[in-house]
Amino acid sequence: MSAVTDLPAKPVPRTRAAPTNALEPAWIKYVLVTIALAFLTLFLFVPLVAVFAEALKKGWDVYVESILEPDAISAIKLTLIAAVISVPLNLVFGVCAAWAIAKFEFRGKSILLTLIDLPFSVSPVISGLIYVLMFGAQGWIGPWLQEHDIKILFAVPGIVLATVFITFPFVARELIPLMQAQGSEEEEAGLVLGASGWQIFFRVTLPNIKWGLLYGVILCNARAMGEFGAVSVVSGHIRGETNTMPLQVEILYNEYNFTAAFAIASLLALLALVTLAIKSVIEWRLHQSGDTAADEAALMPVPHAVAHPVRSTV
Amino acid sequence: MTALLQPRAAPTRVLPGFGLTLGFTIFYLALIVLIPLSAVFLKTFTMTWDAFWSAVTSARVMASYRLTFGASLIAAVLNVIFGGIVAWVLVRYKFPGKRFIDALVDLPFALPTAVAGITLTALYSTNGWIGQYLEQAGIKVAFTPLGVVVALTFIGLPFVVRTVQPVLEDAERELEEAAASLGATPWQTFWRVILPNLVPALLTGFALAFARATGEYGSVIFIAGNMPMVSEITPLFIITKLEQYDYAGATAIAVVMLIVSFILLLTINLLQAWTRKRAGKG
Repeated sequence: MSAVTDLPAKPVPRTRAAPTNALEPAWIKYVLVTIALAFLTLFLFVPLVAVFAEALKKGWDVYVESILEPDAISAIKLTLIAAVISVPLNLVFGVCAAWAIAKFEFRGKSILLTLIDLPFSVSPVISGLIYVLMFGAQGWIGPWLQEHDIKILFAVPGIVLATVFITFPFVARELIPLMQAQGSEEEEAGLVLGASGWQIFFRVTLPNIKWGLLYGVILCNARAMGEFGAVSVVSGHIRGETNTMPLQVEILYNEYNFTAAFAIASLLALLALVTLAIKSVIEWRLHQSGDTAADEAALMPVPHAVAHPVRSTV
Repeated sequence: MTALLQPRAAPTRVLPGFGLTLGFTIFYLALIVLIPLSAVFLKTFTMTWDAFWSAVTSARVMASYRLTFGASLIAAVLNVIFGGIVAWVLVRYKFPGKRFIDALVDLPFALPTAVAGITLTALYSTNGWIGQYLEQAGIKVAFTPLGVVVALTFIGLPFVVRTVQPVLEDAERELEEAAASLGATPWQTFWRVILPNLVPALLTGFALAFARATGEYGSVIFIAGNMPMVSEITPLFIITKLEQYDYAGATAIAVVMLIVSFILLLTINLLQAWTRKRAGKG
């Protein structure tokens, strides 16, 4: 505070200060920018660089070899399968939920919104546990499943279910505020002009929400491919069978095979970077479109990822 | 007149598809979320109260609560301080690379937690890029509770930034100028004008980061060292119980964590309502 005066008395001409920050001395800006950059460097840039540095430590050939190893390939395949099933399911759900919540008034809407958010606030470990309690040997329908020789837990269906749970709210959370902000006038106009429900959706609503939809889908996909805790509980860690990429990373790491672990981790880091890039492009597009209400609706829930709470109950 | 001729359909339900979409929403919600979640609570009802109580208050689990909530608290506080500064810098100042940095703030959301976990461990272990310097200073981060704080700080980083940023963007600079023209020092302007306006958003960001941190698993287990009583977080303890086939014990602890999560969710909702009200008034 008064340590201000201890700084080398470099005269700061008042008139030279940038007009927007006319109120504060320039040194505050430099100190704050330095603190912010130092913090982000320590917690974001260095870890990001480290993933790739560790992966390429033993050279490009070892890197490629680690990725093409059969267990790695099967982990990549399983991760893709889990995402390919869970993302469309949650996409359909998200659109349905957003249509019902944004276009209609009904009682209990705010409770429904809270319930949709639940998976964000549940620990990943518990998300896995609930399926163990249902499908496990001691679970609700575990014995019945065993009798009929259906494997859900420690098999692919369990992994898909846990992934669906974890990514459940993403698309809905993105679309609900967007569609609420847009209102229903355009759809009602379509109705008056004689369009059917599906025509209204595909010709009027979908073009309006396409960026928000894409936004929700890429976030949903990133989380689906990267989920660790929940999948770890239900997977059973069978090599080459029920290991997703994040689980394969853990196994390799625990075997002190660091280079291979970081090689697979680097693929996931690339996925994260691509996700962030697409996300930035979409945000920019939304800005360009100039639809400020929709723009704000889509940008506001940015902390979407994990515990995004109810934004609007109307 | 015309109103009399129309059937008494609610005016908000002109569009088709209400029954179908709401029906599917509730069906899917029940199938994926509500029924499985209720399994946790029903499972605990099969336990006696004494068994439940001893499962959730054993010395080892109490130590894990202390670590989980203590480290989450410290990490959330760090994120309020530094996240607040990052949000301020991103909104108020121009500097090279700003857009890139702005986009990268979301990295902890997008980066799978296992990747974050092994990377932070590699960085902070005694021969890591950062760990070797801390080692010289006599500070051990990896495989200690301090490592848990580092991982949780990383995980919670975007929350405060992303809740404070929009509020700062909407803040009225005129108020600050007015304060300055009335003779306030920058410090007074900060404490009396800027900060009160940011408090709801900072608290919301704090609660979001804290809530996320308490449930976090993937990024923590690599760096924590996972020593019982010392560096074992509660979610890991649940998994340990599961691996010992102590389903009831695992479920009992899960119920405690779930109740904490629900309370946090409620708090966050109230805080967000407060933030909106403040913003609306402004």
